[in-house]
Amino acid sequence: MDDNAILSATGITKIFPGAKALDGVNFSLRRGEVHALLGENGAGKSTLIKCLTGAYRRDGGTVTLDGEPIDPKNPLCAQALGIGTVYQEVNLLPNLSVAENLFLGRQPRRFGLIRSSAMKENARALLAKYGLDINVSASLDSYSVAVQQVIAIARAVDLSGKVLILDEPTASLDAREVEMLFAIVRDLKAKGLGIIFITHFLEQVYTLSDRITVLRNGRLVATRETATLPRQELVTLMLGHELQELSKSSHRKSEQLSEPRYRFENYGKAGTIKPFDLLVHRGEVVGIAGLLGSGRTETAELLFGLKAPDSGSKATIDGSVVSVNSPRAAIARRFGFCPEDRKVDGIVGDLSIRENIALALQARQGWWKPVSRTQQNALADQYIKALDIRTTDREKSIRLLSGGNQQKAILARWLATNPEFLILDEPTRGIDVGAHGEIIRLIENLCADGMSLLVISSELDELVTYSSRVLVLRDRQHVAELSDEEITTTHIINAIAARPSQPERSQVA
Amino acid sequence: MSDRVSLLRRLAPQLIALGAILFLIWLVFPAFFSLTFQNGRAYGSLIDVLNRGAPVALLSIGMTVVIATKGIDLSVGAVMAICGAVAASASVQGQPIATTLFLALSVGVICGLWNGVLVAFLNIQPIIATLILMVAGRGIAQLITEGAILTFDDPSLAFVGSGAFLGLPVPIVIWVVFATLVTLVLRRSALGMLIEAVGINRRASMLAGVNAPVLLIAAYILSGICASIAGVAIAADIRGADANNAGLWLELDAILAVVVGGTSLLGGRFSIIGSLLGAMIIQAINTGILLSGFPPQFNLIIKAAIVVVILIIQSPEAKTLLSFVNRTRPAPVAAPKGAQQ
Repeated sequence: MDDNAILSATGITKIFPGAKALDGVNFSLRRGEVHALLGENGAGKSTLIKCLTGAYRRDGGTVTLDGEPIDPKNPLCAQALGIGTVYQEVNLLPNLSVAENLFLGRQPRRFGLIRSSAMKENARALLAKYGLDINVSASLDSYSVAVQQVIAIARAVDLSGKVLILDEPTASLDAREVEMLFAIVRDLKAKGLGIIFITHFLEQVYTLSDRITVLRNGRLVATRETATLPRQELVTLMLGHELQELSKSSHRKSEQLSEPRYRFENYGKAGTIKPFDLLVHRGEVVGIAGLLGSGRTETAELLFGLKAPDSGSKATIDGSVVSVNSPRAAIARRFGFCPEDRKVDGIVGDLSIRENIALALQARQGWWKPVSRTQQNALADQYIKALDIRTTDREKSIRLLSGGNQQKAILARWLATNPEFLILDEPTRGIDVGAHGEIIRLIENLCADGMSLLVISSELDELVTYSSRVLVLRDRQHVAELSDEEITTTHIINAIAARPSQPERSQVA
Repeated sequence: MSDRVSLLRRLAPQLIALGAILFLIWLVFPAFFSLTFQNGRAYGSLIDVLNRGAPVALLSIGMTVVIATKGIDLSVGAVMAICGAVAASASVQGQPIATTLFLALSVGVICGLWNGVLVAFLNIQPIIATLILMVAGRGIAQLITEGAILTFDDPSLAFVGSGAFLGLPVPIVIWVVFATLVTLVLRRSALGMLIEAVGINRRASMLAGVNAPVLLIAAYILSGICASIAGVAIAADIRGADANNAGLWLELDAILAVVVGGTSLLGGRFSIIGSLLGAMIIQAINTGILLSGFPPQFNLIIKAAIVVVILIIQSPEAKTLLSFVNRTRPAPVAAPKGAQQ
C-alpha cells in the first residue's frame, strides 16, 4: 500500500446484532497529513474510529501502525501505542485543574507524593507549545470549550504522538476558535503526526484536509485528494445521489401576515437575557442568529418556561394573556422545544425509540391515560418512516442511534404532540448533509401547514432560506431584527459584528 | 407475544438462580418441599421462605421504584420501626384495628413525603436525604415506645402477622396482593415508563413535560407505605414493637433484593417481579443454610458468595461472553449474495 502510511487498516469489518456497521473498509493515514473522514449519519465513521482505538473489537480485518500489526483492546491501549483521540464533547474532568487534567495518571512524583509544582511547571511548558498561556491551577471548567479542546489535544498528543483523531472538534466552537484550533492542527501536521479529522462542515474539510475518505452505509466509497475533488462530487459521493438544492423559498412578506399569534413583550430574565419583544405569526419561521453565548439558547429556554421570566414580562397568545413559567405550562399551550444538547437535554438514552417518541405526548396526557401500545407503535412507525430515522426496529435503545437520527427522533417526539409553536435550537448541528436538507424541508413544510416556528441556528445560509424574520442577538440582548429583503448572510454578519469592541471576522464557514 | 418472551428472558438469571438454590437445599434437606395442612393452614419449609421473606419482599417493591428514579431509600428499616411502634401504641391505647392500621399507614406516607420533598424540591442526594430519617427514625420509634418493647394483645392486629388466609400465612397474602396491585398500576398506566424516563434522564424528561418532582415524591411515598406495611406485619408477628431491632439492616437486604433482581442502581428500567424473586432468593439462602445444618458462623459468608455468583451472571461482561458463545450462526447478510454467484 502506501509507503508513507503511518496507520493503515485493511478490510475492517464490524457486525452489530442485526446490522453490518462496517463492511471490509480500507483506510490509510500518511505521516503529516490531515485526513478527513466523511459520511452521512450512520455511515460508519464513529464505528471505524472506535475499531481503530479499540473501543470496539473489530470482527475482521487488520490494522497496522508504523508497519506493525496492532490490536488495541481499549482506548488506553491505543493511546499507549500512539493513537490519541479528542472527542466533540471534551472528555476530561471539568472539576480538576488544567495541570491535573494534563498529567492525570502520570503525575510527576517524589516518594510516591505528587509534586504539584513540577506538574504545573510541565503543564505550562506543554501548553506554551500551543500558544496557550493560562493559569494551569484553575479548574478546567473555568475555560471555554475551545481552550478545553486545546488542552485535550495537548494531552492526547503528549501521550500518543503518532496519530491524532479529532471527532467533530469544531462543532461547538465559533469562528475565531476554529481558526485557533486549525493553526494548532497545521502545526502538529508539520511535525509529522497523522491526523484524522471528522466533521460535518464541508468548508472546514477544504480548508484543512489533504485527503478525504468517504464512507456510506458501512462501506468505503472513495479516498481522494482534497485538491482534486470538486465539492459537488464530494457531496454526491457522500449521499449517493445529487443533493436536492436548498431552494430559497419565497418568503411571505411580513405585512401580508395576519395579526401575530404569539406576542412576548418586555420578556426577560435578569442575569440571563435582557428584556426583548418578540412576535410570531401563524405559519411563520422566525430565525435567531448570534454567536455562541449571545443569549440564543437562553431566549429559547425562557420562552419555553425553563426559567420563569421576570415580572414585567408579558406573554399573550391570540390576544389573551398567559403565563408560561414551566415546561409543563408551555406544553399545555402547545409549545414544543428541541434543545441544542440532545444528549443531555433531549434523549432518554435507555428507553426505546418508540418510548422516546411517545414521551411528550404521554406526559401531556397524564400518567392515568396511557398512550396505548398500539398507538405508540403506530406513532413510532409513522415518524421513523416520515423522518427517515435509520434504525433496525423501533424497540432499539435511542442511545444506539447516530446523532442525526437521535435528533430526528426528538423532533418526532414533539411532532407527535401536534405543537402549534415549535422552538428548535440548532436543529441541524452535528448532522450530515442529507439529513440537513431533510430537516430544512421539514421546517418549511411545518411552516406551510400553519405552525409557528422559532429556529436558532449558527448556519446563516439556513436561516436565510426559511426565515421570514431574523432576530440578531449579541451579549445577551436582542440587537436587531431583519425582515424580508434585509435577510441576507451579509446583513446578519454585520448586525452581529456591529460594535467596534467586538472584532468579529466574518464567519469561517 | 414478544413481550412475554422478553420478560422471561429478562428474569431468566433470577429464575435459574432461585431454582438452583432450591435444588441445592433439596439435596441436603429432602423434606424441603413437603407441605402439611393443620388447622386450615399450610406448613412447610417453602411456606416458611415465603412468609419470612415477606418484610424484605414488601420493602423491595417500594425500593425498586425509588431506585428506578435513580434514588435510594435508606430509611425503610427505621420507618418500619416507627410504624410498628405507632401500631402497637395505638393498639395498647385501645384503638380499633382499622384506626390502628390507618395511623400506621399515614405515618408511612408522611415519612415517604418527607424523603420525597428533600429529594425532589431541595435536590438533596437521595442517599443523604434518606440517611436523615434512617438515623432519626429509630429515635422517633424509641420515643413512641418509651424505650421499652411495647407489647399488645389485640388478636385482630396479631392476625396481620401470624394469621392465615385461604390456608396461607397472612404476610404472604399481603405481599403478593400488594405487589400485584402496584405492578398493575405502574404498568397499566404510564407511571412505569415516566418513572423510568425520570430515572434515566431527569432533565430531558422535564423538558418533555414530565412532572418529575411529583413522580419522585410518589416513589418515596410508595416506599414509605411498603415500609409501614412491613413494620406492622413484623410487630404483629411478635405482638410487640421493638424500636431497637425491628427492621434493623433490612434496608440493605431490600437494596440487595432489587440488585439481585436485575434493576440497576443507576436508575431506569425496573422489574418488581425481579426484585421479589431477589427477595425470595435471599430468604431461600437464609433458610437453606439454617436447614442444612452448616455451622452458623458460615452463614453470612455463604450468603455473600451466592450473591456474588448471581451478580456475576447478570453483569454486562458475562452477558457479552454468553452472546459470543451464542453467535455460532453464520451472519445472515452474506448468504444470498453467495447464492447468486
